[in-house]
Amino acid sequence: MIDVTSPPRTPAKKTARRVYRPNTKHIPVLATLALLIVMYSVGVYNYDGFGDTQVILNVFVDNAFLLVVAVGMTFVILTGGIDLSVGAVIALTTTVAATLLNAGWPAGVVLPVALLIGTVLGFGMGAVIHFFKVEPFIATLAGMFLARGLSLLINRNSIPITNDFWTQMAQKRFRFDDGVFISLNVVIAVVVVVIAAVVLAWTRFGRNVYAIGGNADSALLMGLPVGRTRIAVYTLSGFCASLGGVLYSFYTSSGYSLHGQGLELDAIAAVVIGGVLLTGGSGYVLGTVLGVLVLGLIQTIITFQGDLNSWWTRIVVGILLFAFIVLQRLVTRKAK
Amino acid sequence: MVLQMTGIRKVFPGVVALDGVDFRLLPGEIHALMGENGAGKSTLIKVLTGVYDIDGGEIELAGERVRFTGPLQAQQAGISTVYQEVNLCPNLSVAENIFIGREPRRFGRIQWSEMRRRADKSLARLDLDIDVSAQLDSYSLAIQQMVAIARATDIGNTRVLILDEPTSSLDASEVEQLFAVMRRLKENGTAILFVSHFLDQVYEIADRMTVLRNGGLIGEYRTAELPQMQLVSKMIGKELEALEQIEEEVREAPRRDRTIIEAKGLGRTGSIAPFDLTIHAGEVVGLAGLLGSGRTELARLLFGADRPDSGDLAVDGQPVKFHSPRDAMTRGIAFSSENRRTEGIIGELTVRENIILALQAARGWTRPIPRRRQDELVDRYVQALQIRPADPERLVRDLSGGNQQKVLLARWLITEPRLLIIDEPTRGIDVGAKAEIQRLVAQLADGGMAVLFVSAELEEVLRLSHKIEVLRDRRLVEELENGDDVDADRIMHTIASGATP
Amino acid sequence: MNLTALLRHRLFWPIAVLVVLLASNLVFSNNFFTITLQDGHLYGSLIDILRRSAPLVLVALGMTLVISTGGIDLSVGSVMAISGALACLLIGDLSNPDSVGPVLLVVGAAIALCLVFGLWNGFLVAVLGIQPIIATLILMVAGRGVAQLITDGQILNVHSAPYRVVGAGYFLAVPVSFLIAAAAVALTVAVTRRTALGLLLESVGGSPTASRLAGIRARRITIMVYVFAAAFAGVAGLIYSSDVSSADSNAAGNLIELNAILAVVIGGTALTGGRFSIAGSVLGAVIITTLDITAVSVGVPVETTLLFKAVVVIILCLAQSATFRAKVFGRFSAKRTVPA
Repeated sequence: MIDVTSPPRTPAKKTARRVYRPNTKHIPVLATLALLIVMYSVGVYNYDGFGDTQVILNVFVDNAFLLVVAVGMTFVILTGGIDLSVGAVIALTTTVAATLLNAGWPAGVVLPVALLIGTVLGFGMGAVIHFFKVEPFIATLAGMFLARGLSLLINRNSIPITNDFWTQMAQKRFRFDDGVFISLNVVIAVVVVVIAAVVLAWTRFGRNVYAIGGNADSALLMGLPVGRTRIAVYTLSGFCASLGGVLYSFYTSSGYSLHGQGLELDAIAAVVIGGVLLTGGSGYVLGTVLGVLVLGLIQTIITFQGDLNSWWTRIVVGILLFAFIVLQRLVTRKAK
Repeated sequence: MVLQMTGIRKVFPGVVALDGVDFRLLPGEIHALMGENGAGKSTLIKVLTGVYDIDGGEIELAGERVRFTGPLQAQQAGISTVYQEVNLCPNLSVAENIFIGREPRRFGRIQWSEMRRRADKSLARLDLDIDVSAQLDSYSLAIQQMVAIARATDIGNTRVLILDEPTSSLDASEVEQLFAVMRRLKENGTAILFVSHFLDQVYEIADRMTVLRNGGLIGEYRTAELPQMQLVSKMIGKELEALEQIEEEVREAPRRDRTIIEAKGLGRTGSIAPFDLTIHAGEVVGLAGLLGSGRTELARLLFGADRPDSGDLAVDGQPVKFHSPRDAMTRGIAFSSENRRTEGIIGELTVRENIILALQAARGWTRPIPRRRQDELVDRYVQALQIRPADPERLVRDLSGGNQQKVLLARWLITEPRLLIIDEPTRGIDVGAKAEIQRLVAQLADGGMAVLFVSAELEEVLRLSHKIEVLRDRRLVEELENGDDVDADRIMHTIASGATP
Repeated sequence: MNLTALLRHRLFWPIAVLVVLLASNLVFSNNFFTITLQDGHLYGSLIDILRRSAPLVLVALGMTLVISTGGIDLSVGSVMAISGALACLLIGDLSNPDSVGPVLLVVGAAIALCLVFGLWNGFLVAVLGIQPIIATLILMVAGRGVAQLITDGQILNVHSAPYRVVGAGYFLAVPVSFLIAAAAVALTVAVTRRTALGLLLESVGGSPTASRLAGIRARRITIMVYVFAAAFAGVAGLIYSSDVSSADSNAAGNLIELNAILAVVIGGTALTGGRFSIAGSVLGAVIITTLDITAVSVGVPVETTLLFKAVVVIILCLAQSATFRAKVFGRFSAKRTVPA
């Protein structure tokens, strides 16, 4: 019998399970949830009409594309990587889609092509990262330049989208009894979130993502398909970015090579505020959802406040980032 | 014959790591792979587990020719491996670490409860009862090692199990437990490839052994037919007198007229209970105890690497408080860590830079050591310690373990410390280098330096020390004056019982 | 020197790229290499490259030191914006913006503020132990907000002759911004290579734990490099805002963190820390600026320089990737793997 008492915090078997002690892994997510509740309460208390259901639904409507992108980013960050190309991929996707639609291509062809763009680019970046051992930061930076440059090359101006299908999708609303509604984008984003959560928690691919983030060398020696998983993760993120781009083109009914500037930062911030460890290996999609909601709610509060300028958003997001990063630090330090 | 490797050749740019090596494994045997560092053991294992591809030769597994493109293929073919450093994912649960990659699934969905149940069962076979849903890094290294073994042996079709230095982080009872598991697997027909630096363990468990030297095959032997001395000479290629020489030297007791360091009730909660310890100039003090008994923790407190939360420390009779290693260094204390690769050398710097590092740190960045002085110092120590290759501009990571250890010693020796703390300087290095380092320690003490020598090998501690401190369960339990009446049995008794007989 | 050794030199590829870039310019404009003296100022495309490289060179210098410790500083662009914003705000408040003394004070104040930001980054990284990429992300996000706060969201225009000298002036016919950058390079080389700082940085970047146990005060050194980086970024911000005579919180230092990191990587310093090359980073910064200018002279739309950059990044990264070289060139592989 091995002496299991040597690390003093070894959980005593069985008995410990009944007492609820928040798992250290859950603390950041719970903190984000608490913050969200506080922010919402403050909003409801201070501003008229903030409590309307539609206000919270609008946070989803306005940030559906970001949510989709952030989900892809979550996978990448869980493996300990980073994807700087997502904002540029959104721009490229909307530009290509708008250009093709205006050239008279049917929506049924344009949609898959648009989705393929990010997927292919993501696959390429993943392959470079895996096969040539180029740092994710640099490889996706090149991807960012490539995507942004391509979209600028295609068209430097904003292109309006007038295609029927696109307009239909953009105007599609799911209405509920009391007049509140969500857009199609929200439905798609929610579906993406659910699929991602299931994949991460219950499939081998999902667990491999966590394993790589925990220790990639070990994962390789344990016989896990590290290369395949890593490439898949960037491909997935590229796909999510493209899907985010499509949602963005629904949302704005335009294609523009300057769309999504700095969006990669928003996505990373959302993921971090959502409690995903930037070094990889720990975090949940649900956390990312909460992170996106926090970002959205800040915008909403600033809009309701009225006399605050837009740059306060950045400062507040910076402060929140700081708070959550320090929290993560404390939690991981305690666990060590 | 479960595994047959013939004429294996593996070339790295500039180095032939394996040259025409044959190796075979029979079902139901424990086969030790022996050789010094750099003999090609690790390379052979990596070839066998699919980490490296081969440049020549053939691998036959159960009569079929195979060629692995990665660890996964090797595992699927029935070759499982437990590596020296625990290669698991610290952020996953124990159960996941055992089953990841082959989780029980239904319709593609991982069945968590089934997985935990199986993990419980598989750990029970190793006599381990822990919460399998807890994160792996909440357990000690020894338990993590057992989890790694559980993972390796749980693969249903395991025909070959490779254990690469599995015992280096285990204490005696854990080693026995591991051996029991190995014997059971052997009875079930699994072929086990075992690598260990502990000769006694090899002789206890292995049926046959294959000896490698410099990437070439020396031979395959039955353990029973090859005496230890012969094995050692086959491994290093020359008759080994070096080790015995030191043994014969009579160690004169130091005068003990000058106290270097004195600890009174020094301790740190959770790492080492308060202890008293006095070290004099010219004295070699050995720290004996099992892994996890608090050896390293004690050493780190004396060096200021960790902060004590009780007790007093005095250097030269003056009370001191160390807030960082730097404070200890200014008092003439040096510490060479047991984790050579992570806490010792800096791989991408050259031998020269590694050697002058501590001295330079002590001088501060504004006062660089003139290049000529650097070369002088480095050349002197490269020669004195016989660091090979004798090229100060080589990157340290390209050196063998023994030579890296010598670089570390050189780093501290040029700071001219009065107390040298060395933690496991001889672990994982070849016999020749071991003897050299032991001789060096003896010389240094004769020259008036105080040495605190930490080692898991009792023989080594006995051979070198004037005074032996025995640790057990993170507590200093006994201080022994080394003499004729003190031998390994005597220390073992203390370690085992914790009381003075 | 034989061919293999030449190919293996870590500055070979960057220099090759720079030469190709410059040569391709010659094809499109015959007088590309001509340097003329007009009104006591040197003029010409090469001078232009040197002048316009200055901010990036400065930022890349700081970034090199940060990266050598295994860190990264994403906040340099924001720091540039803040320093420019503060300088322009203060100069706007001066009673006489054309007198040298007060302007120097303003410049000093702006750099001092940057030092504080550097300390903040260093504190987060070295004292709180936060991963550098995250720690500096905070200031990267919040910093532009702060800059906008300073300028109240406006573009602040300044008219000050002494301030204009910083980014657009000439001294002895040579652009002042180039002189500032050259002085910064000399200072960095002196501070790292004439002292033991370089070795200690590389040691900390190579292994923080081992460095601590070797008695290196890693914390102090780490804070120092972030302060360095912020100070250089601040100077770069001054050069930029002086050159355009205004403070634009959005445009100043936009994407410069990425360009600077790129410059460092092109120069052969690994993002994982350890060995660093100042010459390489300077070369990298010049390559990137040349790229921007080349795009103009080749006549492609300015925006497509991004595409150029992407291609160059990919080529350089692949050329520097040991694995890629091993796979493609086989015997030219630079990194030797030695078995454990």
